[in-house]
Amino acid sequence: MESNERHIASAFDRDLEGIQSLIMQMGGLVEAAILDSAKSLVDSDEELAAKVRAADKQIDALEERVNEEAARVIALRAPIASDLRTVLSVIKISGNLERCGDYAKNLAKRTSVLVQLQLPEGSSKSIRRMAREVEAMLKDALDAYLQRDAALAETVRQRDHDVDQMYNALFREFLTHMMEDPRNITACMHLHFIAKNIERMGDHVTSIAEQVVYLVTGEIPEEGRLKGDRTSYAAPD
Amino acid sequence: MVNGEALNMTHTDRIVAQDAPAAAGSKISAQDVNVWYGTAHAIKDVSVEIADKTVTAFIGPSGCGKSTFLRCLNRMNDTIDSAAVSGDIRIDGEDIYARDIDPVQLRAKVGMVFQKPNPFPKSIYDNVAYGPKIHGLARSKADLDEIVERSLRRAAIWDEVKDRLSAPGTGLSGGQQQRLCIARAVATAPEILLMDEPCSALDPIATSQVEELIDELRENYSVVIVTHSMQQAARVSQRTAFFHLGNLVEYADTPQIFTNPQDKRTESYITGRIG
Ligand SMILES: Nc1ncnc2c1ncn2[C@@H]1O[C@H](COP(=O)(O)OP(=O)(O)OP(=O)(O)O)[C@@H](O)[C@H]1O
Ligand SMILES: [Mg+2]
Repeated sequence: MESNERHIASAFDRDLEGIQSLIMQMGGLVEAAILDSAKSLVDSDEELAAKVRAADKQIDALEERVNEEAARVIALRAPIASDLRTVLSVIKISGNLERCGDYAKNLAKRTSVLVQLQLPEGSSKSIRRMAREVEAMLKDALDAYLQRDAALAETVRQRDHDVDQMYNALFREFLTHMMEDPRNITACMHLHFIAKNIERMGDHVTSIAEQVVYLVTGEIPEEGRLKGDRTSYAAPD
Repeated sequence: MVNGEALNMTHTDRIVAQDAPAAAGSKISAQDVNVWYGTAHAIKDVSVEIADKTVTAFIGPSGCGKSTFLRCLNRMNDTIDSAAVSGDIRIDGEDIYARDIDPVQLRAKVGMVFQKPNPFPKSIYDNVAYGPKIHGLARSKADLDEIVERSLRRAAIWDEVKDRLSAPGTGLSGGQQQRLCIARAVATAPEILLMDEPCSALDPIATSQVEELIDELRENYSVVIVTHSMQQAARVSQRTAFFHLGNLVEYADTPQIFTNPQDKRTESYITGRIG
C-alpha cells in the first residue's frame, strides 16, 4: 500500500524527492553511457569512448550522494512503511545503476583495444542491438519507478529474457569465429566479455524493476522469470 | 448495559470473522465491543484477540478511542458515569463483565498505568506498597520492603527516590510520577499490564529503561501499550492494532504494520501524512 499524499512535515517530502531526483540524474547518465559506449565500438570512436570513461566518475559521485542522503533521512526521519521502502529502494537502485555505469566504462575501455583489431563481420552491430535493448529496458524501469508503475516494471522483468537470448546467440557466434580462425580469438574474447557485461546490465535493470514492484506492493516479486543464460552448460560441439 | 452476553458463535467462527489470528495463547478475547459516552459512539464493534506473553501496541490519532478501549479491559469505564459498554470481553475465557466478577480483584490481575500520572496523596513507599498490602502479597515488612524496592528498580526510579521514600509521591516531577505509577502497577505482579502512554513524559534514558522493563514483563505477562510514538510501538511490541474514529482498522504483526500496512489509513497515519 503506497500513499501519494503529502507528509505533514513537508521537509520530509522534499528530502525524499531530492534523493529520487538524484536517482533520475544517475539513470540519465547511465542510459547515455550504455548507448555511447556501444556507439564508440561500432564507429571505432576513441574520443567517444574516452568521454564515457570520464562520465563514470560522475555516476560514482552521484551514487555516493544517494547513500549519504539516504543515511541522513534514516537518521533524522526514521522512515517507515512506504517511506522506508522508498529509502531502501533508492540505495539498491543507485547500486544497480553504478554497476551498469562500470560495465559501460569497461565496454568503452575495450573499444580502445578493439579499434586496432579486425572484428568479425556484424559483431559490433549485434553488440549495439543488445545494448540498445538494455538501455530501453532501463528507460522503462526508471519510468516505472517514477510513475510507481508495477505493471510496466513487470514487463521489464520479462524482457530480460530476450537479452539473455541475445547473449546466448552471440556466445555461440563468437565461439564459431574462434574455432574457424584462431586469429579471431583476441577480438572475440573482448567481444564476449562485452556481451556478458551487457547481459549483466540486464540483470541489474531487472533488479531495478523488482525494486519498483517492491516499492509499490511491499513484496519482492517471485522468481517468475525464465532463466535465459544457458551458456554455463554450453560446450563447443 | 449489555454486559457479558455470551455470543452464539463458535471460537473458529470468530477467528474467521475477524481474520486476525487468535492464537492458542490468546489472553484477552474481546468481541463486538461498543462504547458510548452518552450518545457519542466512541468504540465501534471492535473485536480483538490479545495474545499472552506478548506486547500489543494500540496506535491511532488522538481521540480515536485507544484509552477508552483499554479501560474496557479492566472495567475502568465502570467508574465513568456516562460510559456504556457492550460486547463480550474474556480473560482466560472468563467473562470479565459477569455479575460475580469483583472489579477490584480484576484490577489486581489487570494492572494499569494511566495516561496522566495519578500517584496517591501518600508517601512514595506507600504508593507502591498499597497494592501488595491489600492483596496480601507480602508476609512481612521485609517482604514488602523488598517488593517496593524491586518495583521501583524495575520502573527505573529507585536511584532517584531511595533516599526520600517517605516523601509524598505527588512531590515528584511529572516523569518521576509516571515511573512511580509504573512501579505501583508492577508491584502487584498483574497478569496483564495496560499502559496508556507510559513514556509520554520520560526522557530517552528513562524511556529505554521502561521499554526494557516492558520487554522483560513479556516473558510472563501480557502487556498492552498505547503509544503515540511509532518508533516505540515498533521497538517494543510484537502485535500492533491501529484505531481510527472508534474502529479497529488494522491488527497485525508489528513488522508487517511498519513495513507494509494493508490499509491506506494506517499507512497515512504512521508515515505522518494528512489522512
Ligand atoms: N469521560 C469521557 N466522557 C465523554 N467523552 C469521552 C470521555 N473520555 C473520552 N471521551 C471521548 O471519546 C473519544 C475517545 O477518547 P479516548 O480518550 O479513548 O481517545 P484516545 O485515542 O485515547 O486519545 P488520546 O490519544 O488523545 O489519548 C473522544 O472523542 C473523547 O472525547
Ligand atoms: Mg488516550
